[in-house]
Amino acid sequence: MGPAHPAMHGVVRLILELEGEKIVHTDVEIGYLHRAFEKHAEAETWNNVIPWTDRLNYVSPLINNVGYALAVEKLAGITIPERGQYLRVIASEISRVTDHLTCIGASAMELGAFTAFLYLIKAREYLYQLVDQLTGARITTSYTRVGGVKADMPEDFAEKCKTVFRQVREAVVDTDKLLTKNRIFMDRVDGTGAMSKEDALAYGITGPFLRSTGVPYDVRRAHPYLVYDRFDFEVPVGTKGDNFDRYLCRFAEIEQSLRIVEQCFVQMPKGKHSLEPKEMKDAFEYQDEGKHGDTALLAKYKAKVDQTLQGGQRGDRPDVLTQDPIFVMPAKEDAYGSIEGLMNHFELVMWSWGIKIPAGEAYSAVEGGNGELGFHVVSDGSDRPYRVRCRPPCLYIMAALPQLLKGSWVADVIPTFGSVNMIAGELDR
Amino acid sequence: MPIDDYVPAGVIATQLEAAMAWGRKYSLFNYPFVTACCGMEYMSVAASHYDLDRFGAVFPRFSPRQSDVLMVVGTISHKIAPVLRRIYDQMASPKWVVAFGVCTCTGGFYNNYSTVQGIDTILPVDLYIPGCPPRPEMVIQGMTMLQEKIQKQAGKNR
Amino acid sequence: MITPELRRAEAANNFEELKALKEQGYNVLVDITAVDYSAHPRSAIVQRFDVVYQVMKLDPATGQDGGRVEVHCAVGEAPVLRSVMSVWPGADWLEREVWDMFGVGFVDRPTIKRLLMYEEFVGHPLRKDYPIAKRQPLIGPESGELADSPSFNVVRPTIKYD
Repeated sequence: MGPAHPAMHGVVRLILELEGEKIVHTDVEIGYLHRAFEKHAEAETWNNVIPWTDRLNYVSPLINNVGYALAVEKLAGITIPERGQYLRVIASEISRVTDHLTCIGASAMELGAFTAFLYLIKAREYLYQLVDQLTGARITTSYTRVGGVKADMPEDFAEKCKTVFRQVREAVVDTDKLLTKNRIFMDRVDGTGAMSKEDALAYGITGPFLRSTGVPYDVRRAHPYLVYDRFDFEVPVGTKGDNFDRYLCRFAEIEQSLRIVEQCFVQMPKGKHSLEPKEMKDAFEYQDEGKHGDTALLAKYKAKVDQTLQGGQRGDRPDVLTQDPIFVMPAKEDAYGSIEGLMNHFELVMWSWGIKIPAGEAYSAVEGGNGELGFHVVSDGSDRPYRVRCRPPCLYIMAALPQLLKGSWVADVIPTFGSVNMIAGELDR
Repeated sequence: MPIDDYVPAGVIATQLEAAMAWGRKYSLFNYPFVTACCGMEYMSVAASHYDLDRFGAVFPRFSPRQSDVLMVVGTISHKIAPVLRRIYDQMASPKWVVAFGVCTCTGGFYNNYSTVQGIDTILPVDLYIPGCPPRPEMVIQGMTMLQEKIQKQAGKNR
Repeated sequence: MITPELRRAEAANNFEELKALKEQGYNVLVDITAVDYSAHPRSAIVQRFDVVYQVMKLDPATGQDGGRVEVHCAVGEAPVLRSVMSVWPGADWLEREVWDMFGVGFVDRPTIKRLLMYEEFVGHPLRKDYPIAKRQPLIGPESGELADSPSFNVVRPTIKYD
């Protein structure tokens, strides 16, 4: 089953040895999407690596952003402000929902349930529009920075989320009605692609795959990062470890992720502006005065801009991005209005200066859509990473694929491969 | 006197090639060669929100021998480039190639040891849709441009 | 916060160390990776590569992480380590990737093949002395493919990047 098989899953090659219709042996060949993420990470500065991490697991890009930023912050020894942590959690969970929707939609389509695919992609579309409003892009978001997130969320984001989540839940319920008790779907998916707990652990598999075999390991529970220890959510666990259990696990996780985001909105500290209204001027006014050369006014006031436009610099909202001048650029008013700000800005953008992370190495993991997404970061004290290793959760599952497919029919390859949720960007990096 | 005066209403008079081109452009069977992140935008374009069905191009034919448009979606690495070329060779004329996403146009920001710097080094490309990934509206504009191109190619040897 | 306990092992007895860890209950192999220290400014580096194994003790009943250990093995230019495939089957692909990207060989296992790059590729890309943009194309311009081979089509010349 060559590298270019019916779209939607990416490029991987399965060489199946058959005896009639039964699979005797499988050979999996990957690497068709190797894009040298780790090599590029060595050539880019610490913050510049973040767009490269978007393209790793491209159905849940925000989780990769968060994972990498957490690893770098662990090495640097900084913690980000609380509201920034909540924003990262919201972004991660929305991304996780898009991941599961895509996985279930694509595998349903391959089994013939085109309607389910359309319903779930419609739900995913609403979520993409949410992500667009939060970060500025639908898929390749680059939302986090070393030290926090790029900018605050829009004012009415919570209401928009409420509407969208209602629509997503409707779509999920509709698909549930179509698929879960569907005789055809269950015949293809129930009992196929089963794996035992011990095998899964021996291969290093984590995530929904491992949870469907009965081991309740979730990085958000075992090693709570950001503010995950404050939320009340369940970790769905299966029993048999077959395709049907994985499908149910993912479906249940969608609901849990939506619950987490709703709790975030309730618990999140209010975004406060660090200035009084009388210290701010509208941005256009500020700019006009600047054009007339009124530098005294530039130094006295600050420009009022929309909170989603901070762009990774220290600004009026210190609660999403750490205010440490070593890691974060100064506000534009300071960069143009004071010599310290100018020097700070220069030192952060000049070639071979920039953000300096102390030498050492650190490993940090987050719960990705497929399992434990780890980043092992090595620094030599300069402004570029020395080595970034991404531990891709689906590599282990793909390594176990021969074991999973041994003795099953050729027709079982489709649902099994679909439930594995192989993302080539993450697998091949 | 134009021929339209002599024929009854409801009959259109045109050239045979133009009619064939009209038929071709409104029933594009695409082969989506999806590798990477652009595939997510491709799924969005093909789904119900931004519909590719209105171009007659919804149903992907998963066999190159049955399709006319090869949509190369996502980064092409040197490992998969021979496979892509083989798929292009297996398609029957008339065929068109769409380079979807900047990785296929010029290699994107992947200037490294394993990425093809633009598939037009290995295939003749008819339509370039840049973007990382391109918004669905850009894809729809691209498809309309492809349809105009197909119409203009009426009568030329394809 | 994940804080693995760090240990060093000699290249000669990495297998024994890791097998001992497995017997102590570290049942999950989290990762095998390598770092090429040849461009690192640190003066205390003796060997070029550092192969890092990370193992975890995972309780299947509760899903709690019982501790992690990171084992560092320094290996030199002609590196050969014993494979741990017999201890954890998941090590197969990880070792293949380390070979592919760094050239660190492993013995006691079926023949090691490249995982991410194609077999015709020469060199180990993640080593510090491999230039990032040095391409070795199989088809197309600069691949040695004949210009009059059927369906060969160059529309624009390639731009050379240094």
